[in-house]
Amino acid sequence: MAATAATSPRVRFQTTPDQYRHWKVAYDGEIATLTMAVDPHSPQREGYELKLNSYDLGVDVELADFVQRIRFEHPEVRCVVVTGGLDRVFCAGANIVMLRTSTHGFKVNFCKYTNETRLYIEDASAHSNLRFLAALNGTASGGGYELALACDKILLVDDRNSAVSFPEVPLLGVLPGTGGLTRIADKRKIRRDRSDVFSTIAEGIKGKRAVEWKLVDRLAPLSRWSEAVGEMARELAAEVSKKAERGVKLDPIAIDCESDDWNGQYVRCQIDRSQRTAELTLTVPEKHASTAAQAVEQGVAWWILRAFRELDEIILQLRMNEPEIALLLLRVKGPAATWRATDILLAESSHWFTNEVRQLVKRVLKRFENSAKSLYAIADRGSNFVGTGLELALACDRLYLLSEPEAEVSLGTTQANRGMFPMANGLSRLQTRFLAEPETAEQIATTPTMDAASAATLGLSTFAPDEIDWDDELRLAIEERAAFSPDALTGMEANLRFAGPETMETKIFGRLSAWQNWIFQRPNAAGERGALTCYGTPEAPEFDTSRT
Amino acid sequence: MAGIDYSQKIPNNVDLSSDKRLQRALEAWQPNYLEWWKTMGPTDFNTKEIYLRTAIDVGSDGWAHFDYVKMPDYRWGIFLQPRDEKRTIGFGDHFGEPAWQQVPGEYRNWLRRLIVTQADTEPASVEQQRLLGHTAPSLYDLRNLFQVNVEEGRHLWAMVYLLHTYFGKDGRDEADELLERRSGNPDHPRILGTFNEPCEDWLAFMCFTMFTDRDGKFQLLALAESGFDPLARTCRFMLTEEAHHMFVGQTGVGRVIERTCDVMAKNPGKDVRALGAIPLDLLQRYINFWAASSTDLYGAEISSNSANFFRSGLKGRAYEDKQTDHLALEGTYRFVNFIENRLVSEDVPLRNAMNEVLRDEYVKDNERGIEYWNRICERAGNDFRFTLPHRRFNRKIGVYSSGRFDLEGNLIDEATWNANVDRWLASAADKAFVKSLMVPCLERGKTASWIAPPAKGIQGLAVDYEYVRL
Repeated sequence: MAATAATSPRVRFQTTPDQYRHWKVAYDGEIATLTMAVDPHSPQREGYELKLNSYDLGVDVELADFVQRIRFEHPEVRCVVVTGGLDRVFCAGANIVMLRTSTHGFKVNFCKYTNETRLYIEDASAHSNLRFLAALNGTASGGGYELALACDKILLVDDRNSAVSFPEVPLLGVLPGTGGLTRIADKRKIRRDRSDVFSTIAEGIKGKRAVEWKLVDRLAPLSRWSEAVGEMARELAAEVSKKAERGVKLDPIAIDCESDDWNGQYVRCQIDRSQRTAELTLTVPEKHASTAAQAVEQGVAWWILRAFRELDEIILQLRMNEPEIALLLLRVKGPAATWRATDILLAESSHWFTNEVRQLVKRVLKRFENSAKSLYAIADRGSNFVGTGLELALACDRLYLLSEPEAEVSLGTTQANRGMFPMANGLSRLQTRFLAEPETAEQIATTPTMDAASAATLGLSTFAPDEIDWDDELRLAIEERAAFSPDALTGMEANLRFAGPETMETKIFGRLSAWQNWIFQRPNAAGERGALTCYGTPEAPEFDTSRT
Repeated sequence: MAGIDYSQKIPNNVDLSSDKRLQRALEAWQPNYLEWWKTMGPTDFNTKEIYLRTAIDVGSDGWAHFDYVKMPDYRWGIFLQPRDEKRTIGFGDHFGEPAWQQVPGEYRNWLRRLIVTQADTEPASVEQQRLLGHTAPSLYDLRNLFQVNVEEGRHLWAMVYLLHTYFGKDGRDEADELLERRSGNPDHPRILGTFNEPCEDWLAFMCFTMFTDRDGKFQLLALAESGFDPLARTCRFMLTEEAHHMFVGQTGVGRVIERTCDVMAKNPGKDVRALGAIPLDLLQRYINFWAASSTDLYGAEISSNSANFFRSGLKGRAYEDKQTDHLALEGTYRFVNFIENRLVSEDVPLRNAMNEVLRDEYVKDNERGIEYWNRICERAGNDFRFTLPHRRFNRKIGVYSSGRFDLEGNLIDEATWNANVDRWLASAADKAFVKSLMVPCLERGKTASWIAPPAKGIQGLAVDYEYVRL
């Protein structure tokens, strides 16, 4: 194995459209066109070429930036056409050489990030008056088709040649793991036997059969391709109403991650390498918008938008660039009144901008609890886990609560805890936490203020030591956590975090990704003669034929 | 064994009558094929009697029968070289194993893709050439055009036989689609780019048969090595027919050169255009275009597919038996890559370079063809010398397609390209001039002004024989 993520330069997640290397964006009234035109010679790290519109993390960072940005900056857009800039090829999927030469950890993180990006496309469709049309002007294979599946509709060029395909199983010995298998089964609801056949034909399925099998929605010939794309885009745009004429520009989140003390405007992250922890502190400001009009006026500077964008950036940095960090210790400080006032705006305002902020907070919360780190919420002196702040604590694996009357620890709920930020399983965090006691969830959800003692009684805290025991309890909890097998912890946490019903999202992260990550470790894929290792080399794969 | 059963609706040497299912499937496809021929084959000559050769045997001597036939009555059939019971796979990971008589399940999709891609070129070239009959320079050339056309049609039959016999419903669907794609059609073009290029005049036709059919030769040579025995046997017989197509191109261009040299010698200092001949530099520009476009047909230089096809024993190298290392696992290929606007030498695993290996053979063969033409100039005392453009020139496929290269393969900038493109590739004015010469010359024994008569006729017949009864 050649290059690894660890030896690579720090992965960056901030970009702007004028820096895109792989995508072209064009706005035409209510329709935007996003054209994938991957620069083969700009890989995210050395060692491979991005041929045939194949992608790597760098390509996906730009895609994620676009999907986030258009929601804030272009509320006039109602339909995004996702198409390819190459002849006869839409997108060949994730770059195989990149995958082969990546560490296991990098592969897992890469897949998680790309899965989140595709879910964000669907989130924009569900909550942001935005429709996505995959206009496949050529063959879409593997991750290319998975990207199309994340869109609302798929239009495929009918040139008797272009197909959609999942070549992962037959050619690479891995899975269409970026939501592919889940989406053909659960989103497009394609018959199981047909899905089975489709997922084993490397060259895929084209033309009428692709429509008949519901793999794509419509075909269009080359000669009237652009008309057909335009028609379908307008049909999709007509399904939703326009949010607004003018948007809010997102400025870059510039957090210097070179030292071990990262400082945003509202979020600070202090890394302790010997302890393998990161202390994450969100400090809420005194001053805050108290009307929707003020929030809109403040726009990108509105504290909660900024704070959660910073948090998002820090989570990504910790995931991708700090694999050694085992445990995040989360604190939320600052006046509870700010939470309360902000949550009212988020809950009650029907303005498109406040809705976008609410959706963004929802996504960041999900990304936080979908990270392979142990998460402890620390409610010590001066803590205010209220409303959206309490959601952060509920997203953690444990909550340590300082049980001291004088300690000014306050907890409380707002509308934010009553389903405003559903988890991947579709439930609120309180519902998920108290799956067996819905009445407790309900009671807490309607308790605006709790001191440490009542919060502990209601079951919000995991442990509630007093001042005397606090330091030692915390030290032991941290040291113990850091000593466990990181793999076992990741698996354990992922299994415990999402109690309750399954959704497409929980299946993608909990089932598809787990199988994929298992296969990634198996000799039949990644061994010396594994299919992923041998792909593109002169050697044929050799399989251990025992079924496991 | 090798004899062909002509009592059947579909002539064949594969004992078709014993497989009723297959026979029915092919008989169902046949009317669609004839319909395609009538709408997309040569225009307006379907009622004429043409002196054509028809395959009647697959042995090396006397495999063909020559007689007058109307093209729609041509006996398109299915002919495979006889089976060698002892044949083993000659290369790749299955080297030395008995050749497959059935498609191995694990390779079924790859094989189908290979066969469909080859098959698609056969009807494509017929479509590209369908209007040429109206401007033929002689009855001899008209007959050669039709000979090439009917044999491309037969090659389609050969591939369709394989699709129907070995690939089930998918194969039958693919066979139907072979008749649905159309050369140059914006909606459903032929698979490979060169087969969508217009072939509007006889000079283009001769360059096509010289360079594009020569690609066909090397693809067939590589497939004739296939471990899938029916494919290998089919391709071997197709090669017998393909030789004539290249002969048409090689000698056709040769006769154009001969004519121009003659005009130049007799009219020193005069513009040959005014005398109805084709300037040699214009001919060179046609050569440049078709040689480059046909060079694209070998695909990407470094290719996972080519490695897969080789290692799995599906597609070998031309003349695999002349190689010593049939596994090609250890070796590397020195390749000049083009990365970020620079040419960089690198060693790549040999199996991944199989497209380039085949292209090497092709380039060598083309060079021999160019030498043949230069000998014509030499004999005529003309100083002009033809050259084969460098393989990097004007490519649309592969690593070189992202840059500009001159005829010698030097990297140049866009401005240099634009300044020279009309010297390197036929301009609209060139094509208009060639078009102006394209008037039919179909009187028995006559030949158009721009081309010399052939050295000899077909099958020992006179040059002025009535090859087509108009």
